[in-house]
Amino acid sequence: MQVPILKQGPYLIASIQSALSDADLMQLRDALVRKVSTFRSRGVIVDVTVLDVMDSFASRTLNDLVHMIRLRGADTVIVGIQPEVAFAMVQLGLTMEGVATALDLEEGLEFLDQKLKHKGTGPRDG
Amino acid sequence: MDETRVPILVDIDIVAARQNGRALAAQLGFSQTDSTLIATAISELARNIILYAKQGEIIMKPLNHSERCGIVVVAHDDGPGILDVARAMQMGYSTSGSLGLGLPGVNRLMDEFAIDSRPGSGTTVTVKKWRR
Repeated sequence: MQVPILKQGPYLIASIQSALSDADLMQLRDALVRKVSTFRSRGVIVDVTVLDVMDSFASRTLNDLVHMIRLRGADTVIVGIQPEVAFAMVQLGLTMEGVATALDLEEGLEFLDQKLKHKGTGPRDG
Repeated sequence: MDETRVPILVDIDIVAARQNGRALAAQLGFSQTDSTLIATAISELARNIILYAKQGEIIMKPLNHSERCGIVVVAHDDGPGILDVARAMQMGYSTSGSLGLGLPGVNRLMDEFAIDSRPGSGTTVTVKKWRR
């Protein structure tokens, strides 16, 4: 199940549409890292609203994705973690330290806009 | 209600196992939060099978006692087994490069946890959750 990645101005938006296998998650990570270069994107949003489980593998893969993209000079925000999913993640000890999160797509875009404003158009600080 | 068995052979089976588990939990009247905890625990157990034993199965069934009901999930494999179970139950221990949160994390998600493993004779993890 491939995750559609939309380009919107300086941002990439990946909205997960259904449950993902481990292979799907790794494919999403690799595709986003590649596309950030191709489109010279400044920010990435990963929408996980439909995910009803975020286990240790999913959390680790998203964490890796965020840090890889940061090394490419862009910011990532994870949006839409459901309340009961957040509860299970904390029980598992998966707190995603250092990863930006937002309630939904709208707040995610706002977060990236703020980041971009602070950075201006100068060199990337990643 | 009968038991559900899900063979765990490839990574997509992890998704099938946790979806089956969530469906059974919902059927048994667990809240959405508890169903999510159960599904997450199943996901971790199924992944351990793929990572350490290559194949095995997840068995889930309802628990019906006079005063309470719940769900039991058994993760079984005939893999290499665990050399040091006590150590595997500690945070941060892992031989496959993963975070090693698997077993202690599953223990926290569920109400009861039991593990039977010996080197060379596979691993069986049995977890239970009671409906509140």
